[in-house]
Amino acid sequence: MDELFNNLYSKKVMEHFRNPKNMGVIRNPDGVATVGNPRCGDLMKFYIKVGKNKQGGEYFKEVKFQTLGCGAAIATSSMVTTLVKGKPLIEAENVTKQVIAEALDGLPAVKMHCSVLADEGIRKAVKNYYSKQPSQK
Amino acid sequence: MKKLIYLDNAATTPVESRVFAAMKPYFSLKYGNPSEFHLLGQEARKAVEESRRKIASFLGAKAEEIVFTSCASESINFSHKGLIEALRHFAPKSFTPHIITSAIEHKAVLETCQHLENSGLAKVTYLPVDQYGLVKVTDLEKAIQPNTILVSIMYVNNEVGTIQPIAEIGQLLKKVNEQKTKNHQPRTYFHTDATQAIQYLDCQVEKLGVDMLSLTGHKFYAPKGIGALYIKKGTPIRKQQDGGGQEMKLRSGTENVPYIVGLGEAIELISEVKDGQHQKLTELRERLITNILKIPEVYLTGHPQKRVPHIASFVIKGAEGESLILLLSDKKVIASSGSACTSQVLQPSHVLTAMGVAAEVSHGSVRFSLGKNTTIEEIDYVSQILPKIISRLREMAPQI
Ligand code: FES
Repeated sequence: MDELFNNLYSKKVMEHFRNPKNMGVIRNPDGVATVGNPRCGDLMKFYIKVGKNKQGGEYFKEVKFQTLGCGAAIATSSMVTTLVKGKPLIEAENVTKQVIAEALDGLPAVKMHCSVLADEGIRKAVKNYYSKQPSQK
Repeated sequence: MKKLIYLDNAATTPVESRVFAAMKPYFSLKYGNPSEFHLLGQEARKAVEESRRKIASFLGAKAEEIVFTSCASESINFSHKGLIEALRHFAPKSFTPHIITSAIEHKAVLETCQHLENSGLAKVTYLPVDQYGLVKVTDLEKAIQPNTILVSIMYVNNEVGTIQPIAEIGQLLKKVNEQKTKNHQPRTYFHTDATQAIQYLDCQVEKLGVDMLSLTGHKFYAPKGIGALYIKKGTPIRKQQDGGGQEMKLRSGTENVPYIVGLGEAIELISEVKDGQHQKLTELRERLITNILKIPEVYLTGHPQKRVPHIASFVIKGAEGESLILLLSDKKVIASSGSACTSQVLQPSHVLTAMGVAAEVSHGSVRFSLGKNTTIEEIDYVSQILPKIISRLREMAPQI
């Protein structure tokens, strides 16, 4: 009965749903974004703190999320934060919905849009950070 | 491992052991085809007809007014399409039948009506409901036209448990039909989907004034895959399944004998315990509702009084239904939700929407449906863990 939902979700999804990583708020974040799913009323909010490596390259120093949504929404938000954390900001581009879904050992077709949301959210948080940088103005 | 706390009885029920025992011999011992004249065939025939009599007596109908089907969805499709088809057969091409139904019917009714409409076979009016999910009889009265030949209103809504005034509608239609007969206009027939009502409410067809009634076994401890349709004698209906002419030529296909036996046994069981159940479950349901409404920003959906004993349904602000169901099931509590996220089409529940519940609120819908095995301990356990689950999800959600 532990595998009660394995028809719908993979073990990985359930793990991230039950024990989400990086859930919460960052005070004074460098970048923040809220995305919503107009189709079913879900909300995700991402916070990022940006660090600089020795060469001055920016990377995700800290990432947090808050999510109101289904099991897949919570799992994809959690997964996306673990995927980008520590990585250069420019690599956020590589974290597509497929990458997130694959990292979770797959998502049901009807739930793919939840990973779209997670992917969009992280990018938007990065954009929000860039928009605040003087060089970008 | 902790025992499951099953609070999804409105979705389906387990097969009662007495029902299963009654069915068993008809798989490998008494396996005859009821259409055959030999010993084995007639043994099966007898069992089928006995079950038919049990269902008829439960509904206060005649045995020949009961047709076995595979489920309520089939009964509904059959009754609606069959009636329209039968009437169109005799009517001039220019005559378009009109159907009145409600916005909160089960998808089986709504989709069937839409199909008839899309095929140009009927025009359909979908009656609105009030905030409790109640159809107003005055609205219905106003919607009736000379070409209205079918009114189809569910007895009990499956998502929120609201009981519709079926007998009152039946009375209204009786008057309407007297008038129509005088005016030489076609009659208005009345169908009700009694799926959630069978166990707990008066389903005597005469008292309700219905011409057709759909039911399915797996909501009252019979197996999935067996249902019935009551068709009052004299109601025009065209079979929807052609073939060997079983079920009084109305539904071809070899009878599912063991399941038919199971359905008869299960319906007989209801009549034995109906009143005791009603009282016990109402008390448990009220206890659950009182407890759950103590949680901030949680609201009851459906009518506070006019509701079936087994359904307690809520919307929970700031928590999503599917996540709630998953966390509950981690605690071995089985419930269900009408959240958009749980629907294949990602649409909020059409029932809650029709009741005026905003999409972001129906997002947090949850339904607990009790059954004969539900105990007070189970109710208290759920009341105790639900607040924690809700706070956990609310903490996870962004503030807006
Ligand atoms: S958040 Fe609604 S389906 Fe995933």
